[in-house]
Parts: sequence; structure tokens; C-alpha cells
Amino acid sequence: MTEIINMLSYHFMQRALIVGVLVSLCAALLGVSLVLKRYSMIGDGLSHVGFGALAIASALNLAPLAVAVPTVIVAAVLLLRLSRNSRVKGDAAIAIISSSALAIGVISVSLTTGMNTEVSSYMFGSILSLSRSDAVLSVLLSAAVLLLFVLFYPRIFAVTFDENFSRATGTRTGVYNTLLAVLTAVTVVLGMRMMGALLISSLIIFPALSAMRLCRSFKAVILSAAIISVLCFLAGVMASYFLETPTGASIVVANLLVFAILSLAGKRT
Amino acid sequence: MAILTCEDLSFAYEGRSVLESVSFSLEAGSYLCVVGENGSGKSTLIKGLLGLKAPDGGKISFGEGLKSTEIGYLPQQTQLQRDFPASVNEVVLSGCLNSLGRRLHYSKADRLRARENMERMGIEDIGEESYQALSGGQQQRVLLARALCATKKLLLLDEPVTGLDPIATGEMYNLIKLVNLCDNITVIMVSHDIHEAVRYATHILHLGHKQLFFGTAAAYKESDLARRFLGGNRI
Repeated sequence: MTEIINMLSYHFMQRALIVGVLVSLCAALLGVSLVLKRYSMIGDGLSHVGFGALAIASALNLAPLAVAVPTVIVAAVLLLRLSRNSRVKGDAAIAIISSSALAIGVISVSLTTGMNTEVSSYMFGSILSLSRSDAVLSVLLSAAVLLLFVLFYPRIFAVTFDENFSRATGTRTGVYNTLLAVLTAVTVVLGMRMMGALLISSLIIFPALSAMRLCRSFKAVILSAAIISVLCFLAGVMASYFLETPTGASIVVANLLVFAILSLAGKRT
Repeated sequence: MAILTCEDLSFAYEGRSVLESVSFSLEAGSYLCVVGENGSGKSTLIKGLLGLKAPDGGKISFGEGLKSTEIGYLPQQTQLQRDFPASVNEVVLSGCLNSLGRRLHYSKADRLRARENMERMGIEDIGEESYQALSGGQQQRVLLARALCATKKLLLLDEPVTGLDPIATGEMYNLIKLVNLCDNITVIMVSHDIHEAVRYATHILHLGHKQLFFGTAAAYKESDLARRFLGGNRI
């Protein structure tokens, strides 16, 4: 117990916990919709775009968030468009955009600073890299996501379950899809600072999949995804603090364990 | 007065015409079956009527105070919906989406309407059950209850019996006819099953990239078109 209090006395740990809990919550809520709409890979694609943007920002000595957030939002809206009305299939479009962004990021890094710790933290995440503006942004983001889900819950369900029906009965589904994409973009940028570009998509996908093993109604899936996500984050952070393992990877492994246990339990019943 | 009128309607995808010169008018309380081979433009017409696809030419007008957002739509089932985690209650209630207006959440009246429609479909006892665990026939009843929540006047059904076993198919046809007769709800149904279509419907619209036939089911049975389409067998 004293160990935990000790851990909480570090300023960077407090900040990491606040940002992490809020981002995990947002990722889980948005993740349920993304997974059910078959947009899981968008999170992965966006994280690579985010890496590219952060690498360029660091090469040009610009504020990382100020560059990455708008870039990733544009990419998110673009990916959503591409995956619905285009000759290039959605998954191929995501693969093209994400590997191109990664390539541009890698080149700009190698031409300027080289592979330093800053760049490595973008790849694999570091809770030490979280700044005050990350904390502020994560509070704003989670307020927006929670407000969206609490206020527009009936519409979100309808748009996720059956987009054509919702459109036919007069709901502007484009607005909700765009909102979803924008919020996902911000979640990915914030999350990748902590989790790393290579691991952030698991924060979006795992809680939703675990919750779907556990529950059969949409409301229950949303609530349990949020709870699972926050608990896995806390477990991962604790593990990384006490066992000195990388934070992002520990959180992913915590999620993996929960998913595996729930899958096995689901099979037996 | 006509509840739906189409005048010289045509649709195109990327400049290529898929359906043209569709003109018909439907009285309230009718039961129209839209038939035709795959790719004949049936689904496109449905999308047009729902306002999901803008017509290339011509005009769709609704009568009897019906708005295009007040159509009860039962879509063709997609794989997406089949594994969606949702309870029966949640799915049926989402049919009340168009009565939300500026409100954020469903009202007591909405919940009551959902309940009534579940009773009509005989699914009031499985409200808490998971939609994805239901049989195909039950899933279609859930979607029909949802469609009824969205409308008081017009149902649009896209292949509602595809994939159902013969018993569930018969039950589904009976339920649709019942709603049509008892509640005076106009039905427009896309169907592959021409024999059943002629049996239940009052009117037939036969499409093949253009309007090949529109008229009463009785007149359709006598037409050469029906004879050819049915493979030479008189009904």
C-alpha cells in the first residue's frame, strides 16, 4: 500500500494516471462504435499518421500537439470518406495512408535528429513524455466524448446498428460519423504519446472485443468496455511501475489477458 | 388519394443508367410487390423512395401527409447486424428515432409504442434477449416491429423472407398481410418469390432496368410477362 502511495507522490505519475484513465475511457467508448462499424483499422492507420506528424513537428521544432492533432483529424475524415465511396477499398486505403505517413516520418527523422529517445517514445510510448497540455486536452476530450454518448445515446445506437435505416428516417448520419472520426483522431494522438504509435490501436479495439464476449446488449457492452479499459490501464501502469516493464506494452498485455480469459469463459458456457 | 406517386423516375450510377421511366401511383392501403431479376433496379428504387439515393430524373411525391422520413423500412439483413450486440428492446426502440425531433432521449410514449409493436409481432417476451442469438424468423419480426415504430402509413420491405425456412416465411407473409389489412398500412415489398407475391399483393410492379409492368395482381397473372417470368406455368 505504501508503495502505491509512494508511486502516486510522483508528479509525472499523477499526470499519467489522469491522462491515461481519461484516454482509456474515450478509446473504449469510441472503440465500441468503430469495431461494430468495421472501422477498427482506422485507429491503427491514424496512429501511423500521428507518428508521421509528430516526427515532422520534432524535426521542425514545432509544438507536437499543435501539428499532430489537426493532421490526424484531417486524415480521419479522409479515411472515413475513402472507406465509403471510392474505388480503392477501405482497408487498402488505410494501409496506403498509414505506411506512407510512417515512411515520411521515418525519413524526416533520419534526415534531422536521428533516432533519439524522443522519436522512440513516439513509437513505443512513454508516460514521461506527457505534458501539461496533454492533461488539459485529455480532460476536454473526455468531456466531449462523454457528453456525446450521454446526450446522443439513442442516435449513436441507431447509427451504429443500421446506418441506412437511420438515414432513411431522417438522421444526419454523416454528422455522427464525422464527429466519431474527429474524436477518435484526438484520442489516438493523446493515447499514442502514452502507448506509442505501434500500440495505441489496441486501446480502441481490445476493450470493445472483451466487452462483446461478456455482454449481449449495446448499453451493457458500452459500459463494460469503459470499465474494462480503465481497469486494464490501471493494472498495466501498476505492473510497469513495479516490474519496470514498458507502460504501453504492459497495458496491452493486461487487455490481452482480460480478452483471453473472457473468450475462454465464453466458450465454456 | 395516392399515398405515393412516381413520375418518369430514373436512376443512374456514375452516369450509367440502371433504371428508367418508372411511373406509377399507389393508393393508401395497397400492397405492392416489386419483382424482377437480380440487378433489375429493385434495390435502387427502394433507395430512391427512402431518399438514400437522389433520382437522376423524374419525381417522387408522397400524399396523405406522409413524409419521406416516416417510412417504416425493413432492410435486407447484412452480416453486420447479425453479430451486433443489442437486445431486442434496444433494436425495436430505435425505430422511434424519427419521432425524437429535438428531444435527446425516447419518451414514455415512444417506449409504449415499441411495446405495442412487439406485442403485435408476438415478441414481447423476448425483449431482454440478445438480437444476435435469435432465429432468422424472430430477427425479421424484430426488424418488422422496429419498422412499424417508424411509420403509421407506409412499410418498405426489402426481401423480408430471404434465408427463412418455409414455416417462418409463411408466418412473415401473414404478419405483413395482417398489418396491411388491420392497420391500413400501405406495403411495398421487394421480393424474389413471384408466386407468393401474386398471392398476397394487390398490385405488382415488374422491373427490368425499366418499368415492364404495373397494375393489379389479377391483371398481372393474365399478362404474357407473368407467364414468361413464371416459366410457362399459369398460376
